Amino acid sequence: MSEELICITCPLGCHLTVDRNADSSLSVSGNRCPRGVKYANEELLAPKRVVSATAALVGGSELHELGAVARLPVRSTAPYSKQDVPELLAAIYALRVAMPVHRGDVLIKDFKGSGVDVIATRTLLAAT
Amino acid sequence: MNDLNFDSVVIGGGAAGMAAALELDAAGFSCAIVEREETLGGILTQCIHNGFGLIEFNEELSGPEFAEKIEERLAGTGIKSFTRTTVIEMDAGADIKTLYCYSGAYGVIRISARVVVLAMGCRERNRGNIRIPGDRPAGVYTAGLAQRLVNIEGFVPGKDIVIIGSGDIGLIMARRMSWVGCKVHAVVEILPYPSGLTRNIVQCLHDFGIPLYLSHLTTNIIGKDRVEGVEITPIENGAMQHEKAFTIPCDTVLLSVGLVPENELSKMAGVELNPMTNGPVVDSMLMTNVPGIFACGNVLHVHDLVDYVVEESRRAGAHAARWLKGQRAKAEARVKVGSNIRYSAPGRVDLYATNKLYMRTLIVKNDAVLEVKVNNRIVKTIKKNHIQPSEMIALELVPRDLETAIGAPEPVVELSIT
Amino acid sequence: MVKTGSTRYDVCIVGAGVSGANIARRLSAYELDVVLVDKEADVSFGTSKANSGIVHGGFHHNKKYLKARLELQGAMMFDRLRQELDFPFKRCGIVVAALHEDEMRAIEQLYMQGVDNGVIGIEMCSRERMLELEPKLNPDVLGGLWVPGGGIVEPYRFVFSLVESAKKNGVEIRTGFKVEHAARTGDEWTVRAADGRSLKARYVVNAAGLYADEVSAVFGAEEFQIKPRKGEYYLLDRLTKARPERVIFPVPTSVSKGMLVIPTVEGTVLIGPTAEAIDDKTNLATTRDQLEKILSSARSMVPSISEYDVITSFAGLRPTLDEDFYIAPSAKVPAFIQVAGIQSPGLTASPAIGEYVKDLLKKEGLRLSEKPDYDPFIGKRPHVKDMTPFEVDELAKSDPSYANIICRCEKVSEAEIVEAIKAGHTTLDGIKYFTRAQMGRCQGGFCTYKIIKIIMRETGLSWDEITKNGGRSRLLKDAL
Repeated sequence: MSEELICITCPLGCHLTVDRNADSSLSVSGNRCPRGVKYANEELLAPKRVVSATAALVGGSELHELGAVARLPVRSTAPYSKQDVPELLAAIYALRVAMPVHRGDVLIKDFKGSGVDVIATRTLLAAT
Repeated sequence: MNDLNFDSVVIGGGAAGMAAALELDAAGFSCAIVEREETLGGILTQCIHNGFGLIEFNEELSGPEFAEKIEERLAGTGIKSFTRTTVIEMDAGADIKTLYCYSGAYGVIRISARVVVLAMGCRERNRGNIRIPGDRPAGVYTAGLAQRLVNIEGFVPGKDIVIIGSGDIGLIMARRMSWVGCKVHAVVEILPYPSGLTRNIVQCLHDFGIPLYLSHLTTNIIGKDRVEGVEITPIENGAMQHEKAFTIPCDTVLLSVGLVPENELSKMAGVELNPMTNGPVVDSMLMTNVPGIFACGNVLHVHDLVDYVVEESRRAGAHAARWLKGQRAKAEARVKVGSNIRYSAPGRVDLYATNKLYMRTLIVKNDAVLEVKVNNRIVKTIKKNHIQPSEMIALELVPRDLETAIGAPEPVVELSIT
Repeated sequence: MVKTGSTRYDVCIVGAGVSGANIARRLSAYELDVVLVDKEADVSFGTSKANSGIVHGGFHHNKKYLKARLELQGAMMFDRLRQELDFPFKRCGIVVAALHEDEMRAIEQLYMQGVDNGVIGIEMCSRERMLELEPKLNPDVLGGLWVPGGGIVEPYRFVFSLVESAKKNGVEIRTGFKVEHAARTGDEWTVRAADGRSLKARYVVNAAGLYADEVSAVFGAEEFQIKPRKGEYYLLDRLTKARPERVIFPVPTSVSKGMLVIPTVEGTVLIGPTAEAIDDKTNLATTRDQLEKILSSARSMVPSISEYDVITSFAGLRPTLDEDFYIAPSAKVPAFIQVAGIQSPGLTASPAIGEYVKDLLKKEGLRLSEKPDYDPFIGKRPHVKDMTPFEVDELAKSDPSYANIICRCEKVSEAEIVEAIKAGHTTLDGIKYFTRAQMGRCQGGFCTYKIIKIIMRETGLSWDEITKNGGRSRLLKDAL
């Protein structure tokens, strides 16, 4: 049974056709360069995604004043298993980050042993 | 009122404004940045997704990180940033430009400068611009406003979303809304192909099973107090198929239907705009028709990569500094757009310098050829593996490419794609 | 005698639109307890917020009609009202353009009607004179009518001002008050709202616009039917090159005054309205084909109008009843004044409607004793967009939030938005009509989140209570 996917490694966006072989390996066609094969393998066997979201800041109504920021932007330091993204998101939404927080601060270290951290992507010293 | 004098003033403190200011400062000129938001960084502060900085920092960063890293370069310079400050009026005199600014922090400030760099960015096209008929319920937002509400204020505008427009902002928000627990029911696109990057189609739509309706027009918004549904109509062979129209129930409509460079201040100062870009017409120094007023970034033309914005804005800042030193382009040729090109900026090239042009094509094509003609003779052809309207094309033209234009009266450089 | 917090009034006015607001203000000059109620979350949320904003010239209707007499009378009252209140008004003049030879006959008739009505300064014009008066007109214009007294207002600010003045002089305002039940006992009416609130009043004025028929039924008064007739409009950018000097009318049809080109007093251009009979009183939807009609009609009069200038569109509903206004005491029930069918020239006539209804109430036995401390003036609020930087500088010295620009398209400061909220406008639309924030080219794209935060700060409302225009028009569905 064939699967169709679009390779996103480069802007060409080759439309790949992938067949799963008896030995669980993949036969990839439609790619114009070898990166398509790598992409198809990763995407079908162990797809991963970088996760970006926001975390709650510790604070009250001052977070909603004019000019204040109410959420801290965060992201994963590397792509995380696509099917498990909901649990990573849940962990991010459970965070309560106190200011001051700096860009690059590690908020979640090595989530579930994946080697993926979640870091703050903005420096927030105080509400305003 | 506070009367301030600088050699140069930059309107807008996003990526473009900061990059231009850094160049002017490095060249030894005093520089002020005027920014109407509370912080510098522009639109990047709300673009929490990654994909920024591959070229500039060799890393894939989120918008806030990119903005902060540029902003860090301001430390230790003499650049004065006026945040929470809105430029109300710009008077362009022969030599001195005067800006009247209103600020919650500083009151009314009058800034005089010899050079102004326009870096105001864009605003979003809205429902009124594209005239979607129907009721006027709560729940119709532009994608950028929704992004601001969700990412910075922590408010979710709706639960059941339909997104109009398959540009990158709409696609990013499809994913974002899904990740905060909403259901995105559809993305509706009037063109027969998506406007955004394929990567975003995959990671923002396919990943979430969100259907993309291509060649569909939004013909009605339904809802008394709050949005209840959106009617969409397929287009076949250029004609609307009214009998095939259908309604998608939802409580929120996000519009991602294009960006318009914010040139109201520019117009007021007599800056001439290019109707193809809605941005100023600029010469090889990125200077507008008003001497001493330069433009860069999204206010000049809508970019897709912030790295290009920074590159272009550095150039604008550097040129502005050269201009302040009395340097001018020795000889210029006019740039003309030929087949399959929507626009190109700047509108002139310096025959004796390295020129960087950014352009957009009108077509989607693999194995295309970009052709450069000088006074009707082909001087350069470049193979392009893949081109599409939503991906800006960069082109460098050096003196050797342009030497046949030297001495010719009114030389023209024509760009075309086949 | 004015008793604050009282639930027993001399007069209850149902409907806080242009008629009700004028009546309330007129009555506030007398020693009376007056309450003005409206079912919407704010005043002026009905027909009064979505109309052409024109002070008409007094030539469209034969003087046998009450509406014609009140129109002329009302039109002459606007200068004084502008001085006393805080709304923009300009007598820019009206031209009626004839593009075909047969239309010139209609122009003659309008001219004679205007002269008969007593319109000052009305002129029949040649082509040259028309183009001199209005250079943006189609150069093929054959001739027309010139009425220098015609003008333009911002209708919602007019109503807000009237209500503010009425309030200042003791009138109580109850919004969100949908009249559902009424009973007469003795010499008073007991009026109950859908949410259970109730009040008593000796006299009731029915100025409920689109719902005047339903209110009349609640009181057991005359049976009639208000039929909504929709008018759709386009709004053009203030920087459009097609902005005329004068309000431009086509020659009217038997049904409506036609689709106009209006230089609004706030600097934009309005084109429209259409005229379409509909059934649903809540149908404010704009439609594709009606909008096409507007553009083509507008372009026939001002050829330079471009669809690229369009910022937004909206619709209003005319409360149509008969040929004329129905302003009379009820013949069926006592102490009940009908003010119904107030479509064009309703806005123009409204100050005169205030006078007329006051006199009707007097005839019905209401004692009118002038208040010695009646103050017709309300303070003029500063509008940063109309001030020079030097004036804003002075203002900002005492209150820096006048220099904090929230809506940069319309140059509205934080202070003005706070003023709107303090004046009781706590919905996004209410603030929009009071300050013009969100009305500009970005249509709220950049300022909406700021306004939401200011509302929360000033009122203590939580995020889920912020609405577009009250009721269930909530803006936000969740908070992270």
